[in-house]
Amino acid sequence: MLAWTIYISFFGAAVLMFLPAARPRAARITALLAALAGLACALAGVVECRRAGGAGSIVDIANFSWIAELGVRFHLASDGISLTLVLLTGIAAVSGVLFSWNIERRAREYFALYLTLIGGVYGVFLSFDLFLLFVFYEIAIIPKYFLIAIWGSTCREYAAMKLALYSFVGSAMVLVGLLAAYIVSGSHTFDLVELAKYPFPVHFQSCAFIFVFAGFAILAGLWPFHTWAPAGHVAAPTGASMLLAGVVMKLGAYGALRVAMTLFPAGLQAWHNVIAVLAVIGIVYGAMVALVQQDFKFVIGYSSVSHMGFVLLGLMTLSQIGLSGAVLQMFSHGIIAGLLFAVVGRMVYDRAHTRQLAELQPMNLNRLMPFTAGVFVIAAAASMGLPGFSGFIAELQVLVGAWSAFPICAVAAGLGILIGVAYSLRVIIKAFFAEDAGHSPPTLARPLLPISIPERAGAVILLGATLLIGLCPGVLLDLITPALHSPLMQPLLRGAGQ
Amino acid sequence: MNTIPLLTVLTLLPVPAGIIALSITRGKNLARHCAFAVSLISLGLVGYLWAAFDRSQGAMQFGERFAWVPSLGIDYYLGIDGLGLLMLALTAIIVPFAMLASWKIGQDTRLYFALLLFLEAGLFGTFTALNFFHWFIFWELSLIPAFFLIKMWGGPKRTRAAFQFFVYTMAGSVAMLLAFLAIYAATGISDFDRLADFARHGGLTDALFQKFGGGLINSKETPAILVFTGVFLGFAVKVPVIPFHTWLPLAYAEAPTGTSMILTGVMSKMGVYGFLRILLPIFPVQMGALQTPLLWLAVATIVLSAGAAIVQTDLKRMVAYSSINHLGYCLLGVFAVVRLTGDDPAWTIEKAAALNGVMLQMFNHGLTASALFYFVGLISARAGGLRGLGDFGGLRLAAPVFCGLMGVTLFASLGLPGLNGFVGEFLIFKGSLPLAFWAATISTLGLLFTTIFLLTLLQRVFWGPLESRWTGWKDLTLGERLTLTPVIALMFVLGVCPQILIGVVNPTVMRMLEQF
Repeated sequence: MLAWTIYISFFGAAVLMFLPAARPRAARITALLAALAGLACALAGVVECRRAGGAGSIVDIANFSWIAELGVRFHLASDGISLTLVLLTGIAAVSGVLFSWNIERRAREYFALYLTLIGGVYGVFLSFDLFLLFVFYEIAIIPKYFLIAIWGSTCREYAAMKLALYSFVGSAMVLVGLLAAYIVSGSHTFDLVELAKYPFPVHFQSCAFIFVFAGFAILAGLWPFHTWAPAGHVAAPTGASMLLAGVVMKLGAYGALRVAMTLFPAGLQAWHNVIAVLAVIGIVYGAMVALVQQDFKFVIGYSSVSHMGFVLLGLMTLSQIGLSGAVLQMFSHGIIAGLLFAVVGRMVYDRAHTRQLAELQPMNLNRLMPFTAGVFVIAAAASMGLPGFSGFIAELQVLVGAWSAFPICAVAAGLGILIGVAYSLRVIIKAFFAEDAGHSPPTLARPLLPISIPERAGAVILLGATLLIGLCPGVLLDLITPALHSPLMQPLLRGAGQ
Repeated sequence: MNTIPLLTVLTLLPVPAGIIALSITRGKNLARHCAFAVSLISLGLVGYLWAAFDRSQGAMQFGERFAWVPSLGIDYYLGIDGLGLLMLALTAIIVPFAMLASWKIGQDTRLYFALLLFLEAGLFGTFTALNFFHWFIFWELSLIPAFFLIKMWGGPKRTRAAFQFFVYTMAGSVAMLLAFLAIYAATGISDFDRLADFARHGGLTDALFQKFGGGLINSKETPAILVFTGVFLGFAVKVPVIPFHTWLPLAYAEAPTGTSMILTGVMSKMGVYGFLRILLPIFPVQMGALQTPLLWLAVATIVLSAGAAIVQTDLKRMVAYSSINHLGYCLLGVFAVVRLTGDDPAWTIEKAAALNGVMLQMFNHGLTASALFYFVGLISARAGGLRGLGDFGGLRLAAPVFCGLMGVTLFASLGLPGLNGFVGEFLIFKGSLPLAFWAATISTLGLLFTTIFLLTLLQRVFWGPLESRWTGWKDLTLGERLTLTPVIALMFVLGVCPQILIGVVNPTVMRMLEQF
């Protein structure tokens, strides 16, 4: 069932290319149907897995030989962690299409690239053969470049190029590490489970680990390799920013967990202190930079760096609760960042035609678009980590893990949360509730377009997801926790208590 | 015990009601009435709880509990004892009072009343939840409606006031969250009562030391003291304790009248409630060890805020500082009680007196302070926004009833016997004098200052010759009189029969002291 998420997305992309170019409406509907079908498959997979109680084990979906000479197999499988992220991808894909509804220029190509990206992302989350995973990973990178370079805004060529270069440097590092592992183990297989069993020598692990980990972590926005992220998010068209922050950054974090940390647990032991410090710097630095941005979208872009810091910090705690928090934070940030970018990029920018806070201030947008203001306030509250939303449950687990592993980092991360509160409030006030011009309604040259039905639907889906997980985190924790108990994860939890 | 989960119903009722009020498009009047009716239903529910409450025991009643997030050991767990019930009653009384006080809000009326209902839900939740994570949801979420109430309907400096209020409180909350997560990391417990049990047998100090000891931290007490400090900060900002009070005067002064009433009447009690429900049971040892500095903070809060109130020229700021001052007495009572005295019954009586006093003071201050803010709101509404101490004079001549009722409230606030404020303060001093002699003695200075500024207020506003520009000053209208009647009546009733409250809280106090 789950494999269909991948096939449907690629199939949808192929169908789109055969549609007449002059019919953007048909392209949109096709893309929406493909995304909805993908989400339905993902949901069915989750329900099936919960019913079978199989979140703890790795369930094969497809496994046959692909390139026999190298031992490469087409091996798709899932456990609770990949299911969580597949579900995230499904939700992000649907809402992303809904928020791309106004794309008129070359809509066919836009949605084809969009679905290709989605298919690649599904593929990464479901691959248990490292070669296959790498292929899907590369498939996901290419469309990003075109989405930004063709449909983007502010400095789009620069941002697209920067993103592509960072991604390729990252994947080159990953490839080097993977090939080294393949050769050293001599086991003639790229299968993750098989390779993870091979006892790599410790000094080899510390070298290979940092290559593979850093390669992936670049895409997760690890400080100081985060600079592509804000630029890329800002330049990308709304739907692409939502995917970029929502799922592409998760590719990096997922790869770091599933590949680097699982294959080289001893290397992880050697490096986890250093990386935890970098993660905390990312949390605090990202938040501080967000606090002084003048461009609304840059605030959200830097907030992503800060929130992804929590994912990396959670991973580095090497404890069950910290890892569970990290995976949940991947999901939660995917939803919340998607929503924030949707508000900024689509609802506000496409109507007000500016993202400068100073120019938005006199517009007093809460009067002109109350629905948008309401959505943004709730999304910002979720992003601040207020309880009742998914971010809180995720960050609290990360912090509990951090208290066990690095108490100082927990305190510093707390500071990051507080700065997060400050920048979120600042943009709420500046962008929506400024009222500096008294209570008189502002005068605009043209009235703003009302918020359309697809936008409302997208916002409701994302808000519903973050509230659902915030109030009933069991829905996902029941998938994540058993997966962390599986034998595959044990080596990297070893020796860290709890 | 009950087939209907009464407390859950009480807590969640205002949320859908608020959403309905928001979606009523047929005019603001209907929304207003709808919101007010719901707050009266809540009041009725609390009245039922009050009647059904078993006064013979101090244990939790009306409890509800089920597993919420099993993998993290978080329960949905709520219940009330005398303290919880008292706070529910206060909330249920003040919210409709504040709604009546806000009746004339013309701008975004629906949103205003919906936010008041959301705030009420947050307050009910805070006073009933007994698991940290469950409780923290309400503790934090009540900030959002309060923020927007100040931000959208406040005075000229509302933006700064709201921002400061929110960020300041969040700073305290983050410190508290970190501290509780440290406890959770060390013990895996998040229920308040189980943590208290654990702490009573010395387990908490040991567990925290085991988790965080070593390296620079070589004393067994240090981790527990640090964790205590984190939790303390969360509540200290909320009450507020001087020097963590700087957000308050601006927020109270800028907030619209109805919101100031809830801020001072109920939200400031969230902090004191936290001291009683969380700090006292879970950190008795740490509080005992830090008693002297804590008492200094209480004394500073009492004396400095009273001193600051004397020099204010803005009526609303003056009442705001007097509010800090009155909560200072609560702190004095709480910190006096932590003195380690063994099992001597004579001391237990003093401690019981002090704690009873604290709880009474919480309720009575909620009543009087919100009434005072209401009066100040009326004055400045009639004077077209003026609310300086020097702007008025002789209003007694033009508005005798106004003067009389505000006078009653002022005297209740300064603790005149026969009115409600007296009993609480008396009991606090009765208990604290033997327990913490020096602190209680210095604190009496605060009483003196309070008298000075409250009398000054009365004198400058109501006595003397009537200024010519105020000759047309309108006395209280019928609606305003009706709004005030229940509150003023309650001041007299509680002043004469404090047993009504003591009967409810005393078993809880005795139980707290048994477990101390």
